Amino acid sequence: LDNTHWQAVTAGENDKLTPFNDASHYNNFFEFGTSKDDPYKHAGDMTTEPWTIEIDGEVARPGTLDVDQLLGEQQLEERIYRLRCVEAWSMVIPWLGVPLSEIIKRAEPTSDAKFVRFQTLVRPEEMPGQRSRFALIDWPYQEGLRMDEAMHPLTILSVGMYGRVLPNQNGAPVRLVVPWKYGFKSIKSIVRISLVKEQPPTAWPTINANEYGFYSNVNPDVDHPRWSQARERRLPNSLFSTNMIDTQMFNGYEDEVASLYKGMDLRTYF
Amino acid sequence: MRLWRCTVFVAALLPFLWWAWQVAAGQAGPEPGQYLLLNFGQCALILLLLTLSLTPLMKLTRWKGFALIRRQLGLWTFSYGVLHLTSYLLFILGLDFSALGADLQRRPYIIVGFAALVMLLALAVTSNRYSMKRLGKRWKFLHRLVYIALALVLLHFFWVVRADMGQWSAYALAGVVLMLLRIPVISRALGRIRPRHGRVASTHRSR
Repeated sequence: LDNTHWQAVTAGENDKLTPFNDASHYNNFFEFGTSKDDPYKHAGDMTTEPWTIEIDGEVARPGTLDVDQLLGEQQLEERIYRLRCVEAWSMVIPWLGVPLSEIIKRAEPTSDAKFVRFQTLVRPEEMPGQRSRFALIDWPYQEGLRMDEAMHPLTILSVGMYGRVLPNQNGAPVRLVVPWKYGFKSIKSIVRISLVKEQPPTAWPTINANEYGFYSNVNPDVDHPRWSQARERRLPNSLFSTNMIDTQMFNGYEDEVASLYKGMDLRTYF
Repeated sequence: MRLWRCTVFVAALLPFLWWAWQVAAGQAGPEPGQYLLLNFGQCALILLLLTLSLTPLMKLTRWKGFALIRRQLGLWTFSYGVLHLTSYLLFILGLDFSALGADLQRRPYIIVGFAALVMLLALAVTSNRYSMKRLGKRWKFLHRLVYIALALVLLHFFWVVRADMGQWSAYALAGVVLMLLRIPVISRALGRIRPRHGRVASTHRSR
């Protein structure tokens, strides 16, 4: 960590860091169960060493990326990002990671690479949610980004938070963090990154295309069918205050990312 | 029998006290309102299923104790339902009643849950002896609303499920079984399982 660039990106003045204990005990990681406390209860069983990430698809140099290698060779940056869950709560988390673009560049994507597909580990023996016969997610959990979104400087692969290694329940050893999109886009415990020609099918739109879109950019003007997205509960809150704040367009990263979506109707491509 | 009723009363109160304690002790996570909301709602559903299991249980065992706590459990169901709605208003909407109005116009799962609670309210206010006397035959008809309420509650829960149907399926199965036990043929058979005589004889005896 000596080489780490601390506070490379900071959040807004009013964005107080969420306590580590809350960020690591209140998670959606459906491989480990559907309750918020299931991930920290069960994720300890996941073996994260050794861990490699397959990089394949439309690239000149496919291969496997060793996590230790990623840690050893790249300069880590601390990025303090707002995390907005699609369920209308939010946190502020100091991630440690590297820009995804650097990893992708090293694989030398071809001109056919239009999208990036990510996959999470499938290991039912260590993941109770994957053993459930009533699970709606078609494992592996898959996510995807358009090439320009993946190459955007705000998009990172994270290996740590709060100055330490990622807890398993937060997506150890490597996860994606895309701060202007709803949290579920930031896929955890990645084992495969593929550069592909077509928009890949992703977990939530596959289950319910009316409620979740491929882009899933944070957008206060487009409601989830079951609740409003105009505001969010900044956690931790208490029984005496919901800590409700207005949700910002692109989660407050509008200046940086709005140009990616110029000319697109964000109600259609939600 | 008084002791039995008191035991049930305390048992039904305990979950509330436990969750309140968890919140007070800071053990309910970073979003205690959501924690209460989910637990109260689930507790209301479990109590509704328990309430509906009393009649079949009584037929099966002939033990009068089950009948004695039916009204009480029904009222507990309603109480946890009210706590569930109150949590939603206080901790999710932050007492923004215009938001509730918007929800009630647009969001089916809120409408359905709300409708179920209104039905339970109607049953709760007519659960006293006076109403039973005044409504006469209509009382029984009115209280069959509980079956519709159960269906609505299950639908409300179904629309909240996102990633795994396991828990919902278990509750729905219990609900379906309890409904099947009310089909006259099955319900009569239930009464015949243990004693040799038919149901009519048994009602006489229990008087």
